[in-house]
Amino acid sequence: MNVLAYLIPISLILGGLGLAGFLYTLRSRQYDDPEGDSRRILTDTWDDHPKP
Amino acid sequence: MSTLSTNSPVACPGCLATPAQGAPVIVSDARVMLSLPTIHCQACIAKVEKTLNTYPGIKNARVNLTLKRALIDAVPEINAGELVTLLEAEGFEAHELDPGAINDTATHTAGRDLLMRLAVAGFASMNVMLLSVAVWSGATDATRDLFHWISAAIAIPAIAFSAQPFFRNAYAVLRAGRLNMDVPITLAILLALATSLWETWLSGHHAYFDAALTLTFFLLAGRWLDARARSAARSAAEELTALEVPRAWRIDAAGPLEVSVAQLRVDDLVLVRPGGRAPVDGVVIKGRSEVDRAMLTGETLPELRDIGDVMSAGEVNLTGPLTLRATAVGQDTSLQRMAALVAIAESGRSRYTALADRAAKLYAPGVHILSALAFLGWLIWSGDLRISLNIAAAVLIITCPCALGLAVPAVTTAASGRLFGKGLLIKDATALERLAEVDTVVFDKTGTLTTGKPRLCNWASLTQSQQRVAHALAQGSSHPLSRAIVQRAMSEGCQPAVLQAPVEKPGFGMEALFDGGTVRLGRPDWLGITLDDAQVCAVLDAGDGHCVALKFEDDERPGAMQTVLLLRDLGLDVVLLSGDRMPAVNDFANKIGIDEWHAAMLPQAKAEFVEALRKQGRHVLMVGDGLNDTAALATAHVSISPAQALDAARAASDMVLLGQDLSPVAEAIIVARQATKRIRENFRIATVYNVLAVPLAVAGLATPLIAALAMSTSSITVSLNALRVGGRG
Repeated sequence: MNVLAYLIPISLILGGLGLAGFLYTLRSRQYDDPEGDSRRILTDTWDDHPKP
Repeated sequence: MSTLSTNSPVACPGCLATPAQGAPVIVSDARVMLSLPTIHCQACIAKVEKTLNTYPGIKNARVNLTLKRALIDAVPEINAGELVTLLEAEGFEAHELDPGAINDTATHTAGRDLLMRLAVAGFASMNVMLLSVAVWSGATDATRDLFHWISAAIAIPAIAFSAQPFFRNAYAVLRAGRLNMDVPITLAILLALATSLWETWLSGHHAYFDAALTLTFFLLAGRWLDARARSAARSAAEELTALEVPRAWRIDAAGPLEVSVAQLRVDDLVLVRPGGRAPVDGVVIKGRSEVDRAMLTGETLPELRDIGDVMSAGEVNLTGPLTLRATAVGQDTSLQRMAALVAIAESGRSRYTALADRAAKLYAPGVHILSALAFLGWLIWSGDLRISLNIAAAVLIITCPCALGLAVPAVTTAASGRLFGKGLLIKDATALERLAEVDTVVFDKTGTLTTGKPRLCNWASLTQSQQRVAHALAQGSSHPLSRAIVQRAMSEGCQPAVLQAPVEKPGFGMEALFDGGTVRLGRPDWLGITLDDAQVCAVLDAGDGHCVALKFEDDERPGAMQTVLLLRDLGLDVVLLSGDRMPAVNDFANKIGIDEWHAAMLPQAKAEFVEALRKQGRHVLMVGDGLNDTAALATAHVSISPAQALDAARAASDMVLLGQDLSPVAEAIIVARQATKRIRENFRIATVYNVLAVPLAVAGLATPLIAALAMSTSSITVSLNALRVGGRG
């Protein structure tokens, strides 16, 4: 049962990381244009080099 | 919210609340906002952005496809008009938006706030569920207690944060002495937490932390869907308002100066240029022109205005510049007074209660009585306060309106999403329910069933030289009849004749020199001709000795005829009401297939007609665009107006038609009927589940596992059922 001492905190931390990631994307307005973003991946404008 | 958004020095108040590091600068610095109603794919985005970004003076342009908008960060000298022409040359319809009228940050923050709470509730419920599964699969004694304590440590702060919207609503409602869905929700969550803590304290077997959290999660999901659908409608409604940038030309000592309409005062001199809309009520003191009153009265034919005539706000000046002395400004204009009347008529519509509210009214007291009875029954039977309280909590949790909370928003989101894809925007939350009850459809003619733009119909009977002269003369004017001539000539590939010294005689027509003679195009009486025909006409004197009458017809809107046909197939009565003259309405009604029509209706008569239908117990759908329709729009059970309609008309209607095509109207009724059916089905699913689960809870058999299973299944069934509305495109 000692393994619980690791597993519970680890699962909480991993879940917390996911939550923090989600909150970051939310705050950086990544959900403002879901439709446009899903279509933008189809463009090949920045395929060869990243956007300056 | 409002304190953040009013006159904040930062362009985007949302950025105040958001740390700067994550926010891209484009949004916060956007100066020009354009609405692009026709963009729909990746190629459109790329083309618009490329066109704008290569234009000198533009620093950055980004397209938002969800909102169909472009946000442009540019040097101050840039003029939105240039950008509109630029995009129109590329084949995109574009309109300038007034950023001051768009306040999407308020709706956005509300949505983001809910989403954040939803994420926290989701995170917490998943972790607690993990621990609960361990308990359900056999953890005992110290391990179980430890798991329960950890669950409590996660659940209490998570609920304290994410369930706040429910707590706040419930508190507000209770203080007002009423009941709504939030009261049983709050009570269930709090009671579940309290009894679980108590059980954990006493090393009990059952704790409902997971149930409390999943409950919060599902209910927040419903709330968020609701908020999203409403914010989409609201931001679009704001966008429609913002389409008209209110500016006016005031004549000062130094000459005309462009000012905002709010700065105008009574007795100011206001210049209304050809093509412009009168910003105030006033008396013409200089100039002579024709004005288009179609928006206000539904008449297709322009009217002549001379010195001393009165012009009201909202009328469009067509041919020559007019100078007005303002007699009423701002809220006092006839336009605004009409809009105020509409607001009064609208308040009558609040009679309608949404299905969800009616359900809540029955539901909330029922659940509380049931739970109290279970508590008392068990207390009397067993005499154990702890067990009784546990059972009461279980009853509240199991009956808690998870499925009910999702029943309506899930369906309306799916339905409004589908209708938005078709080009119809739902402004009011209960509009779909009301639309499903409709049995009579009342249409306005000009601007609704017709495009409101005249079309030349006897072009082919002109000789070639007459066509060329007509084309050339018409090019010099922005009168709607002239534009119709140019459009027809261009589509036929007719080359304009070369004219000398073309002049527009405001209020009369165009005049020019051609081949040594005078050629004229304009009003019949100007050319000395009287026509007994009531049709809309212009007369052309092409210098070849005799005058020809050019006949015009108001074109029907695309999809109008199919819509009328489809509506009748659906078993609805279709009525046409118009402010236009009798023969025009008669011809049109025959053409489009409407049996019942009334011509030359005044605004009041239209509203009374709709009211009379309502008194007969009919549910009327009113479709109209002009100011003459607004009172009728507000009186009707539910109303639709096209996006090109006047502000007041759009404000009075529940739905707005975004494109030119009229066919989404019939589609909307079908979808609304379907959606209402699904909502009722969802209520039934929730009831069946309650009927099955409540006896278990009252009997004390509802373990946390059963509660979790039952709750999730019902919520998921309801959501899946709702998705059926969105599908089948």
